[in-house]
Amino acid sequence: MNKRLFSAGVALLALAVYFAVLVTIADEYWNLNISLGLPVVARTLIAVFGGLIALVLFLAADDYSDYRQPNVLIAAGIMLFLIGSYFGLFVAPPEQFMGETQRIMYVHVPTAWFALVAMTLAAISAIVFLLGGNYKWDARLEASIEVGVVLAFLLCCQGSIWAKPTWGVWWDWDPRLTTTAVLLFAFIGVLALRRFVEDPLKRAIWSSVATIIAYVDVPIVYFSVKWWNSLHQQQSSPSTVSKPFWIPLRANAFGILLLMTGFIMLRSRIAALRLKNERPPLPVVEVTT
Amino acid sequence: MLIALRKEFLLQWRSRAQLVAVLVFGAAALLLFSFAIGPNAAALRQFSAGFLWLGLLLSSTLTLAESFHAEMENRALEGLLLLPTSPRVIYYGKAIANWIQLAIIGLSLVPVMVVLYDAGTTRILSLVFIILLGSAGLSAPGTLYAAMTAQIRSKQTLLPLLLFPLIVPALLASVKATSLVILGDPMSEGRSWIILLVAFDAIYWSLCGLLFGRVVDE
Repeated sequence: MNKRLFSAGVALLALAVYFAVLVTIADEYWNLNISLGLPVVARTLIAVFGGLIALVLFLAADDYSDYRQPNVLIAAGIMLFLIGSYFGLFVAPPEQFMGETQRIMYVHVPTAWFALVAMTLAAISAIVFLLGGNYKWDARLEASIEVGVVLAFLLCCQGSIWAKPTWGVWWDWDPRLTTTAVLLFAFIGVLALRRFVEDPLKRAIWSSVATIIAYVDVPIVYFSVKWWNSLHQQQSSPSTVSKPFWIPLRANAFGILLLMTGFIMLRSRIAALRLKNERPPLPVVEVTT
Repeated sequence: MLIALRKEFLLQWRSRAQLVAVLVFGAAALLLFSFAIGPNAAALRQFSAGFLWLGLLLSSTLTLAESFHAEMENRALEGLLLLPTSPRVIYYGKAIANWIQLAIIGLSLVPVMVVLYDAGTTRILSLVFIILLGSAGLSAPGTLYAAMTAQIRSKQTLLPLLLFPLIVPALLASVKATSLVILGDPMSEGRSWIILLVAFDAIYWSLCGLLFGRVVDE
């Protein structure tokens, strides 16, 4: 574990959480201005990029030697998630049109973001493995696909729970719903493929190839279904959402970010250990570019 | 490239009984779909394009799964890879052969659809064009996945599991375009679906060709 990179990630993440969550809480409930004079746009940019760069730093620092860091991340994630859920369930006012059902958005929207982030990580791991042939990335590919599949499944469940009282149906053939479902099945297919291939080299290469092909499909599915049918809520931006709604959404976003990172780190350790215990020993990958 | 293609055609011609069997399977599937709807002529005509493409999709898993059968016997694929050509040539030869085979099946299912569902059309040329584009979309990723799954156990399960979610856009566009041809196209939407199909084909024919080399690498 590269301690310096990990600490840098923690610092960056703390900065992002400070600007995204604490500043808004202080402003809204304690009437304090602790934004250090930064405009809203700058704060949002720091929050988004700080979170994503911190994720990259955590993964880059990880060499599978230590179990403390992922556990710390998961604990911090649970804490942020609890804070966000407390604000979302008890503090934030109900929404004007949808009432109490809207509160599921505080987990639904961050789940959607990080399902996509996890799948993107899987695609990046696949490309890095094909170019470099390092089995560390194969473990990471398996971990991020699995975490992404869980998040996408949760996303479909939350969406159905919300859709029944709001739209009157459990499911609708909307672009985002349909894309999530297709994504879910495509990546479950990759996981199934991994189970059926015994040779570790073939398994790594084939699942990388299948991941890249499935990932490229995501935008095409999205646009094709969009032409076909559309009903989903339009995306909101900070300017269309009032401030009390920001706090639970953002706290939960960082909570899920940390949980996802911690789970990916733990799961890739499991994958790496499994690879190590497989016989015969790992063949060396020839790099052809 | 031409030699690779010639080899595929020769193989296909020698196993033409298989093509006929798949054709009969597709026709039987079309017959069964009508039982799902019941003897409602208007509904059958409305859904005919979807049934045609589902029939072709189900038949395609059979032809694609079989397409690497010959290469797996006596480790012939390794022999092919030892030839002084790039594996891409093997891939494109295989993919074009699969494409033509799927297009033949698709075109032969059209008369079955016309008879069973009363879904006739005078725009034969556009229908042929759509079937060619749609089967190209099935064949490019299908051939790549068949190359993987042919080498492992339970290939019959895994190939559709990998392929079906992937070809959703191609299926959607083909069904929409076909049904616009059959039922009439007052808003002329057919064009945008055909553009989507062409884009899908272009992306997967290039991407899969690029990745195939890594898949068969020993």
